[in-house]
Amino acid sequence: MNIDITSLIAQTALVLLLSPLLSGLIASLKAKLQNRRGPRVWQPFFDLIKFFRKDMVISEHASGVFAAVPHVVFATALMAGLMVPLAWVPAPLQLFGGALALVGLLALGRFFLALGGLDPGSAFGGMGSSREMTISAIAEPAMMLAIFTAAIAGGSTNLSQIVMAGDGHAGRFLEPAHTLAFSAMFIVLLAETGRVPVDNPATHLELTMIHEAMILEYSGRYLAMLEWAASMKQLVLFGLLANLFFPFGLAPGMLPAAVAQGMGWLAIKLVGLAVAVVLVEFTNAKLRLFRVPDLLGAAFVLATLALVSLFLFR
Amino acid sequence: MDYPAILLIVAACAYVAGMAGALLLRRVGRLALSVGFGLAAVGGACGFLSGVTSLATGQAAARGAVTFWSGPAPNLRLVIQADPLSCFFVTIVSMLGAAIAIYSLGYSGAYLGRKSVGLLAALYNALLLATTLTFVAGNVWVFLIAWEMMALLAYGLVTFEHEDRETRGAAVFYFIMSHIDAVCVMLGFLVLFQAAGDFSFDGLRGVGAKLSSGQRDTAFLLFVVGFGIKAGLVPLHVWLPVAHPVAPSNVSALMSGVLIKTGIYGIARVCFEFLGGPPLWWGALLLALGTVSAVLGVLYALMEHDLKRLLAYHSIENIGIIVMGLGASLMFVSTGHPVLAALALAAALYHTINHASFKGLLFLGAGSVLHATHTRNMEEMGGLVKRMPQTAMLFLLGAVAISALPPLNGFVSEWLTYQALLQGFGSTDSLLRLMFPVGGAMLALTGALAAACFVKAFGISFLAQPRSQAAERAREVPASMRLGMALLAIACLFLGLFPTVFLGWLGPVMNQLTGEALAGRLSLAGGWVLAAPGANAGSVSTAAMTLFGLSFLLVPLFLRRMLGRRAKTVRGPTWDCGLQGLTPRMEYSATGFSKPLRMIFKALFRPHREVQREYEFSPYFARSLRFESHVEEVFEERIYRPTRFWILRVSRRVRALQQGSLQVYLLYIFLTLLGLLLWAV
Repeated sequence: MNIDITSLIAQTALVLLLSPLLSGLIASLKAKLQNRRGPRVWQPFFDLIKFFRKDMVISEHASGVFAAVPHVVFATALMAGLMVPLAWVPAPLQLFGGALALVGLLALGRFFLALGGLDPGSAFGGMGSSREMTISAIAEPAMMLAIFTAAIAGGSTNLSQIVMAGDGHAGRFLEPAHTLAFSAMFIVLLAETGRVPVDNPATHLELTMIHEAMILEYSGRYLAMLEWAASMKQLVLFGLLANLFFPFGLAPGMLPAAVAQGMGWLAIKLVGLAVAVVLVEFTNAKLRLFRVPDLLGAAFVLATLALVSLFLFR
Repeated sequence: MDYPAILLIVAACAYVAGMAGALLLRRVGRLALSVGFGLAAVGGACGFLSGVTSLATGQAAARGAVTFWSGPAPNLRLVIQADPLSCFFVTIVSMLGAAIAIYSLGYSGAYLGRKSVGLLAALYNALLLATTLTFVAGNVWVFLIAWEMMALLAYGLVTFEHEDRETRGAAVFYFIMSHIDAVCVMLGFLVLFQAAGDFSFDGLRGVGAKLSSGQRDTAFLLFVVGFGIKAGLVPLHVWLPVAHPVAPSNVSALMSGVLIKTGIYGIARVCFEFLGGPPLWWGALLLALGTVSAVLGVLYALMEHDLKRLLAYHSIENIGIIVMGLGASLMFVSTGHPVLAALALAAALYHTINHASFKGLLFLGAGSVLHATHTRNMEEMGGLVKRMPQTAMLFLLGAVAISALPPLNGFVSEWLTYQALLQGFGSTDSLLRLMFPVGGAMLALTGALAAACFVKAFGISFLAQPRSQAAERAREVPASMRLGMALLAIACLFLGLFPTVFLGWLGPVMNQLTGEALAGRLSLAGGWVLAAPGANAGSVSTAAMTLFGLSFLLVPLFLRRMLGRRAKTVRGPTWDCGLQGLTPRMEYSATGFSKPLRMIFKALFRPHREVQREYEFSPYFARSLRFESHVEEVFEERIYRPTRFWILRVSRRVRALQQGSLQVYLLYIFLTLLGLLLWAV
């Protein structure tokens, strides 16, 4: 087995440190647009440190499952982060899983998160779990189809392979299959990261929250792990979207100069996507729960059209 | 004779001995139970060893048919044939049979003094024998006799608790459906016989080439209906969620784990070996049927709050996933891609054994819950994880496996299915190739809905506070029951973590059916990584994922050491919005959990809800509340009910022929004879 140890350690550090920064960046950009001063971009780091220092309160009704949840969610999110190429190719754990494993890992995290919502026996937790599982169930086919489109075009389900196959084909961005799949994936991204038209990450309003409802009973270091994992998942999906559909600027290997350049490109792509997400959040109101399927249905249709166009134009 | 073959004979003898012993000792219930299920476990273990060693050493591939008894006519022989395909299915039935037998040692104890446990054990042994015989049958006679025995014995077991009206109705429904399927299978074999002139499986091999295309299509459709009923393919599935839940839980596990797989065995045997050279639409039809079954099965499962019915609907879903693989494989055979055909077939067969192990585990888990709480209704459970922790952990493992989540076995077989579907897109220029990615998307939907369903099944049944007194008083089940479940959990873990080992054993089967063994192409890095065939087509390693995942936990552990040395952990009540404590009535219910999906798919479910409320001052403070909610079962209401109506109506007309007078009957015979003579001329 040839695992590049440098690449492994570097990307682990990158995922762990960049993900809170991305969350901070989005929160700060959003505040600026709303004419607030808002938190600094480093704020999530301070939050994580604070949570690790705090005491934990665990519900009397909760079982061992409650304690297992943050561990599973954290490990799966970090693992997913090591399968996606971010600033260089190949991704360190590319041999151990590609697009399908990534979807599976995120689903495993979600499965346990939903159980963690049910375990303390609070109605909020159950509500959050139910909604999370519903939304992810209708988002998953659209996501899979969009990934399929990229995988068929790249001839592999290995994300690093898809990215490498796409590198150097600048004209691909204008192909209809590519554009349509990107649009579908963008909608899925909004749903999966709990962004505004679907869920509101800033809310603790009881009846509209989804993700926050599931983790309501968590505190202290478990909460830190869950928040961190949510940030990592967000980074994974941003990175997936950025590199699957804009496959350029990644460093081919671990040479310092190339890696620095790759990090630069990664920063540009992530900021670009973050601005897009913030603009969507800024210009839209949260949808009613039963309107969300329409949005995700649109994503599914877009992804299907992407596939059909792949069929027509080849 | 080779050792695996001897082991198989020992297994058969153990089943016969178990059957006889349990019947002879039936007056001494406890002894009959130990002897019957003990011998069944021994037989299962022997059969399992026989199947696995045959496949692992490749002995099965070299083995021919053995004639045990030359009957009065060439076609009436007792011919046994344990080729790779047979050995694979014998492995499944024996593995599950042994684990369930061990479980039954504890579970069936609950019937002592109420029912004849000896009869249950005898029927169980006989059913294992009949199922094994179905898989190793070497000619059509043996196959059909075993097939019919299997259906009758399963009927006997479903109706075991016949005091219940619901059980009797379900058993009769099952009986009727299994006879429709037997008729279709028989007719299918008769069509084949016309061309082959031989009833032995050796003689039928490749017989499709001798048939006209019309005959071939007829035979194919007859087999799809016949085996489809057995397997529970939509729209032929309606009997399954009725019959499986009412049987004793150990029998439900066997029926869902193995008996419906006989349909899969039949489709694989007939379509790949006998009919051969399929047109593209055969595979496309199977792929479409599989996709519809998978999605509808899981959607109906979501609406259930009867734990065993929920699991029965999941069997339909999983059969759908298996048939998707078979259909894709047939499509690749017809477009001439043996490697892809072998890949899709491997996915289907892998999912077959996976489903047997995790569905067996889950049904046994449901049986344990039933044993402890005496209810199948999830709304009356809750909090069981603290009362029966080991059962809960085993059930959770099964739930993760069936939801196709890494690193367990369901994920591996669905990964293979996805790979086959993805690579299939380039296999043909026909518009039908769009079916592959769309099928893949539906598989993704199925997986996500299954995860939602098992969050519900585990979360509502096992977590939070107990919702009834029965759940509160629940105790952990006896050790033998936990051991039976643990064996299947080990199978799930093995199949999940070491897929390349198992795929190596599957090599001879793929070679037999598609002419491509494939096994070597699927393994990388000394077998630690599972790879799709084709250069850089994608790879996965569940074992590595597990190891890395565990090591990642060092990060929070380190941070806790660094930052949280002074942090304490205290127990406190769940946040209750300032009320005086939470009660189980405030928890989310199973019905509530699935409500968003019920609303989203309301075009399919047509949910019906009735609320009656009595109040004095304000509707918010009701004195009494009656709530009723149910969904419509489309196939039952729209297809089966009208059909039943018309059949009854026609039979009422036909009854006029039945005069009860001998002379009239003689007239009928005379007229029939006359008609036949005229036809012959």
